[in-house]
Amino acid sequence: MLLVTSVPFDMIEQLPAIQLLLTLLAAPICSMLRNGDLSWRIATAASWASAACAFAILHQVWGGGSISYEMGGWPPPWGIEVVIDELTAIILLLVTLFGALVMTALRQSLTSIMRHQRQSLYYTTFLLCMASLIGITITGDAFNVFVFLEISSLATYTLIARGRDRRALTAAFRYLIMGTIGATFILIAIGFMYMLTGTLNMADLAERLPQHHDNKVLHASFAFFTIGIAIKFAMFPMHYWLPNAYTYAPKATTAFLAATATKVSLYVMIRFIFDVYGVEFAFGQMQLGTLLVPLSIAGILVASLTAVFQTDAKRLLAWSSVAQLGYMTLGLALLNVNGLTAAIAHMFNHAMMKAGLFLAVATMIYRTQTSSLASLSGIGRTMPWTTAAFAILGIGLIGVPFTAGFISKWYLITGALDKDWLPVAILLIVSSLMAIAYIGKMLDVMYFKPAPAEFAEVKEGPMSMLIPCWAFALLTIYFGIDTRLTAGLAERIASSLLGGS
Amino acid sequence: MIEGLNPALILIAGALLVPLIPQPARRFYVVLLPLVSMLQLVMHSHGTFAQLNFFDLPLETFRLDGLSFVFSLIFHIAAVLGVIYAIHDDDPIHPTAGLVYAGAAIGAALAGDLLTLFVYWELTAVSSVFLIWARRTESAFKAGMRYLLIQVGSGVILLAGLIIHFTESGSLAFNAMNLETIGGKLVFLAFGIKCAFPFLHNWLQDSYPEATASGTVLLSAFTTKLAVYALARGYAGTEMLIWIGAIMTAFPIFYAVIENDLRRVLAYSLNNQLGFMVVAVGIGTPLALNGAAAHAFCHILYKALLFMSMGAVLLRAGTCKGSELGGLYKSMPFTTVCCIIGAASISAFPLFSGFVSKSMIVSAVAYEHLTLVWLMLIFASAGVFHHSGIKIPYFAFFAHDSGIRCEEAPLSMRVAMGITAALCIGIGVFPGLLYAILPYPVDYVPYTVAHVITQLQLLMYSALAFTVMMLWKIYPPELKSVNLDTDWFYRKGATALLLPVSALTARSTESLFSLLASIKSKFLSVFEKTVGPGAWLSRSVDTAGMVTLTMGSLLIFLLLYLF
Repeated sequence: MLLVTSVPFDMIEQLPAIQLLLTLLAAPICSMLRNGDLSWRIATAASWASAACAFAILHQVWGGGSISYEMGGWPPPWGIEVVIDELTAIILLLVTLFGALVMTALRQSLTSIMRHQRQSLYYTTFLLCMASLIGITITGDAFNVFVFLEISSLATYTLIARGRDRRALTAAFRYLIMGTIGATFILIAIGFMYMLTGTLNMADLAERLPQHHDNKVLHASFAFFTIGIAIKFAMFPMHYWLPNAYTYAPKATTAFLAATATKVSLYVMIRFIFDVYGVEFAFGQMQLGTLLVPLSIAGILVASLTAVFQTDAKRLLAWSSVAQLGYMTLGLALLNVNGLTAAIAHMFNHAMMKAGLFLAVATMIYRTQTSSLASLSGIGRTMPWTTAAFAILGIGLIGVPFTAGFISKWYLITGALDKDWLPVAILLIVSSLMAIAYIGKMLDVMYFKPAPAEFAEVKEGPMSMLIPCWAFALLTIYFGIDTRLTAGLAERIASSLLGGS
Repeated sequence: MIEGLNPALILIAGALLVPLIPQPARRFYVVLLPLVSMLQLVMHSHGTFAQLNFFDLPLETFRLDGLSFVFSLIFHIAAVLGVIYAIHDDDPIHPTAGLVYAGAAIGAALAGDLLTLFVYWELTAVSSVFLIWARRTESAFKAGMRYLLIQVGSGVILLAGLIIHFTESGSLAFNAMNLETIGGKLVFLAFGIKCAFPFLHNWLQDSYPEATASGTVLLSAFTTKLAVYALARGYAGTEMLIWIGAIMTAFPIFYAVIENDLRRVLAYSLNNQLGFMVVAVGIGTPLALNGAAAHAFCHILYKALLFMSMGAVLLRAGTCKGSELGGLYKSMPFTTVCCIIGAASISAFPLFSGFVSKSMIVSAVAYEHLTLVWLMLIFASAGVFHHSGIKIPYFAFFAHDSGIRCEEAPLSMRVAMGITAALCIGIGVFPGLLYAILPYPVDYVPYTVAHVITQLQLLMYSALAFTVMMLWKIYPPELKSVNLDTDWFYRKGATALLLPVSALTARSTESLFSLLASIKSKFLSVFEKTVGPGAWLSRSVDTAGMVTLTMGSLLIFLLLYLF
């Protein structure tokens, strides 16, 4: 009896490890299989199970709890500690849930570009990428962050390079160079910290760093970290790798990358600023705000404007991603509860909407084989369901009330007004108008332009891609109405992050 | 019955399922759905329900009281009749858009706060435009676009007004407001656009005749009556409304007399009938408000009946132009009878529904001793009989025989017309049934000798005028023409009077526009050069460039931090 009752408890205690191992172990299994379908099944099962774990973890920490788990039973600071609080849990959910949805659609999307045997390797890379993103999120060890960051970057290069277009190779190569520089900078930053304090555990670092606040080494470490992580989450003007990488990455992969990779990097930035360097050091002594605010605003405006003039659907959405990342960094730089709430909620909301949009475009490309806007004209008539999902998600991205995008923008504008930054609030509204312009341009083409003759007969997308698309679209509406999971949680996280300072 | 469940939500949610239901079942479903939601409404107790907080603003999404009950009840009835009328049509867009539209109108009538009102207000606009587009002609598409523009515009003005009202008064509750504040003025303007106030009315005559046969029936029921409800709720007793309403009753008559498209004639007479309700709201006494509600109730029914009969003519004969019709009574006897019943009701013949409601309004005006307004209403009553009561049935079904021989209307249309006609007569004969559900206690007897005699005299003289004019052949002939309404001012009249001015204006606007266009193209080319595809800001930077950029940034950071 005792054994039976204790099993579920053990399971729950081991959840953080299970969460990571599910995808990490499924990856080699997939690589050994030569059957694409079978490995897709395993990969999908693993990612959904991992999403279920994320739900369970979120349930455990809901309301402000936190879990600390010692990997392999080694206590910190010798062993690696896994620390999960509400912020970690929501990012975990983001990575696993949206990853699982994209994975579900991936099989159909890959059939046309890849031989059957090759596919299992692709799923392996995908799973590895997901596992490493989970690792980055849950680890409480600074060096571990670097290790997982490297794994995820390597996996991402492979994923992008599989694009059918030759230019995918250059895009992947450029990302490789940039990503490596970024990771090296982060490693240097962590190395400097280790030099000063002799520890790699984040909690220990947070405790010991304050006595070195005037040390030039720590200042250099912070500079390296900021630039390194800025490359990783494609902050303007370090974003030049992103449009090409997103444009040429194969099909549904872009949806996964756009949803998760940059958000996790941004999470690392928030983690390090608030829990390692300390907010007073970062924003007070190092004046991070004076750098972040103008760069964010410039990024929002320039990237939105650029998006308006793009003629390729994927490239347009990629530029819009750069702009939307600007919203998040701006929210972070506002450094008040509303701004930080906006940043965190928008990480989740934007991941959801952008993944859905890229997936919808991938579904269209599945039929038309091209992503240029001209060839997508009139697709609203031939693929009505896909286009309708695209329209809902696009409206969400603009930030129309009762969609998820509205919630985060509302908090962001409130945050700017809380600081009496009226011009910033006005610029945010102007950038929303630009979003109307670029989304409106796509919808106009899709619904009101006549279809080119060669695509006049294309069929509606396959069910296995449509259902994930609609899941994203419906979630966008759902989270526009019920904001407990996004804004409600983000507000709690924001006040606890700021309350500590 | 579920306590607190808003019937509008039943309708809207249920309507969205309509396209998914296969055809034979759909017919029953679309009729059953509004009936279920009507049951929910009728069984529900009065009060305020479904209160919720949206960003700390208290919302009352479901308020049921006497006034909102009458309007939501008649909206339900109109929805049922509207879908029955369209059953013969397999196009799922009608029941879907129509029921969402009805649900939105009901939701707006049940809204206890301005924000909820705004949401449903916009939903009526967005859902109803599909009824126009469903005609699938180029002109219907354009008319729908113009309609949508104005309707959404009204919603935007409402939103601006409610925000200002909220900052001024700190409350979002939708109760009596005044015209003293800017917020109140804007909200009033938004209501006025939907209510088709004079000079804001063009959208109505522009769009309703362009909709499908069944679409117009639904359109005529909801949008404008919702505006009447909103005025009655927010601006009852505002004196300005008396004059606005009086002008509304009188001026469309002239247009209605010379108009050729019979559905457009009905659209003008719709405007005229709205005038009666607006006058009543402006008076604001319990009798007058009862009159407004009762008239809205009856008006929805007989106007729907008239639009139904004209829709049947449009379906079978293929046109609604007075000049091309005539002699249809042989082919469509049932439709003819229903049209005459509708005509008798709108003309307020005793024993028909219009009489019991219109006489309330006219009496309310008389009790307030507003002689001039009273005379205008009497004139308008005669005019209504003239263009809707005689002209519509006469030119469509009698007059010279056009030679059109067609089938009688389909069964579904006949059923809908039959029920509506029965309701028109029923209310006329048993006014007590209607009076029992009015918002205020009714102490009014429509059938007095004086009322009946006055009304009959009026009708007879009007009929005489029509007959004499027809006999002497001075009645405006039914020409194949398009009438200019208020747009006449800037199209025809002004050219003669204001030719120099208009030429100057035209020149200056032209040069202004060309200036704007050149500025725009210059701007665009600048943008294209900087951010367009392949331009320097959006160009893909090669690896060396990116690395240089990164190193530069790092250097700046380091310099900044270390020194």
